[in-house]
Amino acid sequence: MTRNSTIVVLGALLGLYPASQARAAADQVVIGDIDDMSSVYADVIGQGGVEAINMAVGDFGGTVLGNKITVLSVDHQNKPDIGASKFREWADQNGLTAVLGGSNTGVSIAMSKVAAAKKVTFFAIGAGGASLTGADCTPYTIHYAYDTTALGNGTASAIIKQGGKTWFFVTADYAFGTQLQESATRVVLAGGGKVLGAVRAPLGTTDYSSFLLQAQASGAQVLGLANAGTDFSNSLKAANEFGITKTMQPAALLAFLTDIHALTLQTAQGLYLTTGWYWDLNDQTRAFAKRFYSKANRPPTMNQMAYYSATLQYLNAVKAVGTTDSDKVMAQLRKTRINDVFAKDGYIRADGLMVHTMYVMQVKSPKESKYPWDYYKVIKVMSGEEADGSQPDPTCPMIKK
Amino acid sequence: MRAQIAVYAVLAALALIAPFLGLYPVFLMKLLCFAIFACAFNLLLGFTKMLSFGHAAYFGGSAYITGWLVTAQGWGSIEAIIGGVLAAMLLGLVIGAIAVRRQGIYFAMITLALAQLVFFVCLQADFTGGENGLQGITRGSIFGWVGLGNDRTLYYFVLAVFVAVYALIRRIVNSPFGQVLKAIRANEPRCVSLGYKVDRYKLMAFVLSASLSGLAGSLKALVLGFATLSDVGQTNSGEVILMTLLGGSGTFLGPAIGAVVVVTLQEYLSEIVGAWVSVIIGAIFVVCVLIFRRGFVGEIHRRFAQRAA
Amino acid sequence: MTTLFGVPLPAILGQLMLGLVNGSFYALLSLGLAVIFGLLGVVNFAHGAFYMLGAFAAYIGLEFLGVNYWWALLLAPLSVGLLGIIIERLFLRQLYQVEPVYGLLLTFGIALIAEGVMRSLFGASGRSYPVPPLLQGGFNLGFMVLPIYRAWVILASVTVCCVTWFLIERTRLGSRLRAATENAKLVQAFGINVPLLVMCTYGAGVGLAALAGVLAAPVIQVSPLMGSSLVIVVFAVVVIGGMGSIVGAIAGGLVLGLVEGLTKVVYPEASNIVVFIIMAVVLIWRPAGLFGKEQ
Repeated sequence: MTRNSTIVVLGALLGLYPASQARAAADQVVIGDIDDMSSVYADVIGQGGVEAINMAVGDFGGTVLGNKITVLSVDHQNKPDIGASKFREWADQNGLTAVLGGSNTGVSIAMSKVAAAKKVTFFAIGAGGASLTGADCTPYTIHYAYDTTALGNGTASAIIKQGGKTWFFVTADYAFGTQLQESATRVVLAGGGKVLGAVRAPLGTTDYSSFLLQAQASGAQVLGLANAGTDFSNSLKAANEFGITKTMQPAALLAFLTDIHALTLQTAQGLYLTTGWYWDLNDQTRAFAKRFYSKANRPPTMNQMAYYSATLQYLNAVKAVGTTDSDKVMAQLRKTRINDVFAKDGYIRADGLMVHTMYVMQVKSPKESKYPWDYYKVIKVMSGEEADGSQPDPTCPMIKK
Repeated sequence: MRAQIAVYAVLAALALIAPFLGLYPVFLMKLLCFAIFACAFNLLLGFTKMLSFGHAAYFGGSAYITGWLVTAQGWGSIEAIIGGVLAAMLLGLVIGAIAVRRQGIYFAMITLALAQLVFFVCLQADFTGGENGLQGITRGSIFGWVGLGNDRTLYYFVLAVFVAVYALIRRIVNSPFGQVLKAIRANEPRCVSLGYKVDRYKLMAFVLSASLSGLAGSLKALVLGFATLSDVGQTNSGEVILMTLLGGSGTFLGPAIGAVVVVTLQEYLSEIVGAWVSVIIGAIFVVCVLIFRRGFVGEIHRRFAQRAA
Repeated sequence: MTTLFGVPLPAILGQLMLGLVNGSFYALLSLGLAVIFGLLGVVNFAHGAFYMLGAFAAYIGLEFLGVNYWWALLLAPLSVGLLGIIIERLFLRQLYQVEPVYGLLLTFGIALIAEGVMRSLFGASGRSYPVPPLLQGGFNLGFMVLPIYRAWVILASVTVCCVTWFLIERTRLGSRLRAATENAKLVQAFGINVPLLVMCTYGAGVGLAALAGVLAAPVIQVSPLMGSSLVIVVFAVVVIGGMGSIVGAIAGGLVLGLVEGLTKVVYPEASNIVVFIIMAVVLIWRPAGLFGKEQ
C-alpha cells in the first residue's frame, strides 16, 4: 500500500516536469498577448487582437534573427493576479521577449511592474490610465494607442466649447475610471466649468439606475461617463431609459467602434468621442480594414490596429539591433519615427507614451450613415502635442528634472 | 506506522530537491501556500466539523495587511507576516464570536455572509487598491539576514513554514484540547452536559484556523508580490473547501494533497480548456460530495484499515 | 427643495423607488429559498444559478427560438423547474440521510457547474435583453421618470409572492406541505406521497428563482455571473427574516430593498454591506430571525 501511494505521488510530481520545460532558444522572439478575452473589454480587442498580431507576424515573414516567432495568448479576465502571474511565468519559463495587452488599467499597472522586474518590452495597449507613463512608468513600458490625458483634452474640450459647463461624473471604480475623471476634470476647470459631483460604480456594474438618479439630482448639464466597454453601453442605455438624456448631455469619455455598434446609431448619435485611429480615415486604413474584416467580420477598432502596428514596430526594431535584449530594443524604438497605417508622426516620449495624432469624432445620425460601420465624422484633428502635451509627465520617476 | 514514516520520508525528499528538478519554484510555492490554507481549514472542518464558508476572508485579509505593512509602512518581511497573522486572528475572533452561536447550516451561512462583508470592505478601502489590488510587494529578507528575493531561497523558507504548520496542527489535534474538539464533534450535547464550555472551545478552534489561514495568505502575498480581491472572494472560499474535501477532511495529509491537485488542475487545465475549468471543478465537487466524501487520503486509510482487519 | 438628512427629497424618493424594485427581486428569490429550506432543510446554494438560468432561458428563447417575453415568463420557470426536479431526484435525494452541510455543498457544486457551462458558452460579459414593446416608456412621477417596466416588476413580484403565500398558508396542498415539513414520516403514513411532494417543491422553488431571472433580464444584462453575488444577499435576507418563514422572506426582501435604497442616498459606500450588518445585528439580538421559530 505504501509503495503504491508513493509511486502515485512520485508520478504526479514528475508529471509536472515536462509541463515546465518550454524554454525558448536565445534570440528567439516570444510575443505574449495578455488581455481580456471574455469579459467587459473582450469586444474591443480580445480575439481580434490575437488575429492582428498573427497578421503582423505573417506580414513580417514569420521569422526574425533566424528563428520562428512564437505568439502566446491568455485571458486575464480583468484580474491583476492572473495578468501579473502569467507574465512572470512566461518570462521565467518561456523566454518571453515582448508583451502586448492589458486593456484594463489596473491589470496593466500590475503587468508593467513585472515588465520592469523581468526586463521585458511591454506595449500597454487598450488601457487608458495616464499613470502608466506617470507615477507607474517603467523603462520597458510603451503606452501605445491612447491615454486618458488625450481623451480629456479631446472630448471634454469639445463639449465645454459647446457650452456644457457643469458636469457630474459616473466613474468606473478602478485606476482607469479615476484617472479619466481626473483628466476630464482638469479640462473642465481650465475651461471655466464646474464639477458638481461624482459617483463610483464597480467595474462590471450592469444596473446604473441608482447612480444615474444621483447624477440627475445634481442638476448638472453634462453626464460625464468615465467608463468604457459594456460599462459605458449599459450606463448610456439606462440614461436613455430613465429619461436622463433629455435633461443632461452624455459625454462618452471613452468609446470604441464596437460600443457604438452595440448601442446602435439611434441611441449613440451625436456623441463626441476621441480616438487614435478609425478605419475609414484614408485609403491605407480602409485597405487594412478590409483584410481584417475578412477574418473577423468587423473592421478593426483603434486598439486592434495598434496591436498590428506595435508588433511590426517591435519586430523591425529587433531586426535592426540584431538581438532580443529589451534594453537595446527599447533604445531602438525610442529613436524610431512611427509612420504606418496606425500612426502619423508618432514617436515614443521619454516617459514611454507613444505620442501621435488624435481625432475628435462625432457619431453620425442614422440618416448620415451611408454604409455598414460608417459611424464617425471627424470634428477635429489634434496633433500629438495638442492631445498629450509636448513635455513628458513630470510625475514619472524616470524623468530627471 | 512504518508506512507513514516511509511516505513522509519520500515526500520530504521530493520537496527538498524539487527546485532542482526544473519545476517552477513560484508555482511550487503557490502550492505550499494553498496547502497551508487547506490544512488550516481542515482544523475546523475535519476535526471540529464546522463548515466555514468564508475562510477566504482570513487568507485574503492577512494578505492585504501584510502587503500594506511592507509597501506603505516599510516593515520587514517577517514582521509583516506576523502583522498579517495577528490581523487574521482578530478577524477570526470577531466573526467567530458571532458565528459560533449557531450550528451547522446557519453557521456556514453566517460565515459566508460576514466574509462577503469583508470582501466589500476590501473593495472599498483605499489601502487595498480595490479592483487594482495591492501591487509591488517586495520580498525583503529574514530580519535583514537572508534575502528572500531569490526564488529558491524563498521556496525553502515557505517549505519550512509549511512543515512547521503541519507539525503544529498534528500537535494541536493530538493534544488534550484536540481531544475535547473530537468529543464535541462526536456528540456536542454530551460535552455540554459534562460541563465543557463548548462555545469557547469552538471559538478557539476557529481563531486558530483563521490565524493559520492568515499565515498562508501572508506568505502568498510575499511569494507572488500582490494581494487582490480574488484572495478574499467567494471562489477562494469554495476552493479551499474542495481541496479539503477532495484530499480527505479529518486526515492530516489529505488537505495538502487536495490543494496540490486543485491548484495544479487550475493552472494547467485552464491553458487547455479555458473557461471549462470551473465546470470541471464543480463536477469534481459534486462527485466528491455524492460518493467520495472521504477524499483521497480518507479512502486510502479505509483500505488500509480493511486490510489490517 | 425640501431636504431630509440633508439630501433633497426627490433624490430620496427616487432611490426608494429603485429600492422597491430591487426589493421585489429579493422578495421573490428569498421566497423560493425559504420554501425549499422549509420543506427540504436544504440551503439551495444553486438558487442564484437557477435565477441566472431563467434569465438565459428567456434570452435563448428570444434569440434563437423566437419565444417572446410573455411566453418566456411561463416557459422559462417551467423548463428550469424541470431541471431542478431532475437534480433533486438524481442528486439531492441521496444526501437526505447525511448531514445537511453536504446538501449545501452539493448545491454549491451544481452552481459552479451551471455558471461554468454558461460562461464557456456565452462569455462573461452580459447579453442585452430588450424590454418588451408593451412595457416600454416611463411614468413621469415628478421626482423621477419610472420606466414602466420597473413598475411591472414590482407588480408581478408582489402578486406572485401573495399567490404563493396563499397557496402555502391557505390551501389543502399547502397544509400538506407544512405538515410534511414538521413530520414527514407521519404524513407519509397518511398515504401522501412525500418524496413526490418534496421533488415538486424543489422544482417550484427553483421555478420561482427562474421567474425572477426572466423579470430581471431586461433590467440587468443577462450574464453567467448575475446569480453568484446575489445569492449571498438572498441568504442574508432569509436569515434576517427567519429561515423557513414565508412571510419573513417576503417582508425581509422588500424591506432590505428599501433600506439599501436609503443607504445609497445617505452613505453610498455602505450600500453593499448594509444587509450583512443588519444580519449580524439580528443574529446577535434574535438568532431565529425576525419571523422565525426557534428550532
